[in-house]
Amino acid sequence: MTRGGRDLRGRVAIVGVAESDEMGRLPHKSAFALHAEAARNALADAGLEKDDVDAVFTAGLWMASEAAEYMGLKPRYVDGTQIGGCSFIAHVEHAMAAIAAGLCEVALITHGESGASRVAMPGTRFGPDSFRLQFEAPFGLAGPPTGYALAAARHMHEFGTTSEQLAEVAVATRKWAALNPRALMREPLTVDEVLASRMISWPLRLLDCCLVTDAGGAVVLTSAERARDLRKRPVYVLGTGEASTHVMVSQMPDFARWEAARLSGERAFAMAGVGPADVDVAMLYDAFTIVPIMALEALGFCQPGEGGPFVAGQRTAPGGDFPMNTNGGGLSYTHTGMYGIFTLIEAARQLRGECDARQVADCRLAICHGLGGMFSAAATLLASTEV
Amino acid sequence: MPDYRGPLPVPTPETRAYWEAARRHALEVPRCRGCGHRFFYPRAACPRCLSGDLEWVRASGRGTLHTFTVVHRGLRDFPLGTPYVIAVVELEEGPRLMTNLVGVEPDPARLRIGMPVEVVFEDVTAEIALPRFRPAT
Repeated sequence: MTRGGRDLRGRVAIVGVAESDEMGRLPHKSAFALHAEAARNALADAGLEKDDVDAVFTAGLWMASEAAEYMGLKPRYVDGTQIGGCSFIAHVEHAMAAIAAGLCEVALITHGESGASRVAMPGTRFGPDSFRLQFEAPFGLAGPPTGYALAAARHMHEFGTTSEQLAEVAVATRKWAALNPRALMREPLTVDEVLASRMISWPLRLLDCCLVTDAGGAVVLTSAERARDLRKRPVYVLGTGEASTHVMVSQMPDFARWEAARLSGERAFAMAGVGPADVDVAMLYDAFTIVPIMALEALGFCQPGEGGPFVAGQRTAPGGDFPMNTNGGGLSYTHTGMYGIFTLIEAARQLRGECDARQVADCRLAICHGLGGMFSAAATLLASTEV
Repeated sequence: MPDYRGPLPVPTPETRAYWEAARRHALEVPRCRGCGHRFFYPRAACPRCLSGDLEWVRASGRGTLHTFTVVHRGLRDFPLGTPYVIAVVELEEGPRLMTNLVGVEPDPARLRIGMPVEVVFEDVTAEIALPRFRPAT
């Protein structure tokens, strides 16, 4: 019987976090340049050198070792686990296990994606005889919005979730973005403006959808012992969980309930020995407004079906009692395609008290939660500066 | 039928019988002889028990609309034209599949999750007939 990783609680810490130098639309930079900028900045944040890195974790359609090659790293441990945008949160769990087992000491989790400009990006890997092309594409499935809309519609049908409640998420997230100088979209936004934005795939409108940007992000982890000697206050990993239930949206076990998120959350909370009520700040992957609503339910912040009412009244905005996506999220800060790394970066900054105008007071426990594919996979992390 | 410009499936060994049945306008789903599970999409192993002892069973072609979206920004040059309806249909036999809902206005106000639907095959090439669904008559 697995012990659920309870022996790993607090054994490793996030010691460096950073984005790339620039974020947004960057046709003058390749995906790998964004990797390198973020890695360089995260190592500087940690007070570590390139040669301290002995493990590389990244996700994409490339081999993980390609990012290592570009940066001239020769890691003894490479993990290219690719389960979608949450991969980088899952990498924390994998790095934690590897560090605790003594297989490596300093892990670099790195992300660089030219999501908008598509510079040095790999092509699609799906052939015409792939199951997606056989059983979804012939019916006009056109990228993420159409797939996510299938869940949103079912959630609305079963629970009465409204377009106004979806819009509340976009509006609250934009208020946080206004407080973050690095956020791409900082102009004020109203519920009416979200509802008036053009329909992409009913029930999802343009402003229910995340940005598409170019950016990089990186996170450095090491053992708790070594972390105490480094530059910044360690952010200890208290709990992690991951789960994968399907890949194609047509295989989603329950369109109104996010099973992978529930499983990953239960595992993370059990390892950390805390519950949803203990969380001070939440970074919940917001590829679309419906996603954090379903995550709130799956992670136990509210009951199934209560996610819409939960976010009403700007509860997740600055000044609300549930600070969520304080960087401005994928909806208003940045979304390269695989956003998960940015939840880790913002959580670490909140826990260290580095967030200036958007700092959450008395921020001791953060949750990061990510999405992969079409609600296909999920990863959850609980972290704190206190063990 | 000529010049169909939408994405076309290319069958694999485990799906070839499905597409050949579709060409005859028969909707078939795999059933596990080991545990009785009927599933979709077709695989060479039962996703419930991993048995390879499978058979094809003819589905009635009737089901209910499980969820749907009305696509306004869709696949470029998709033959149905925007807006079009992508649906997930739950077959009477249990499995769900992705399809299009046709023969109805692509207006969310006129569609109802749970409504009965039935298959209608569209011969898009000499080799491929796509199973789309319409409101049940």
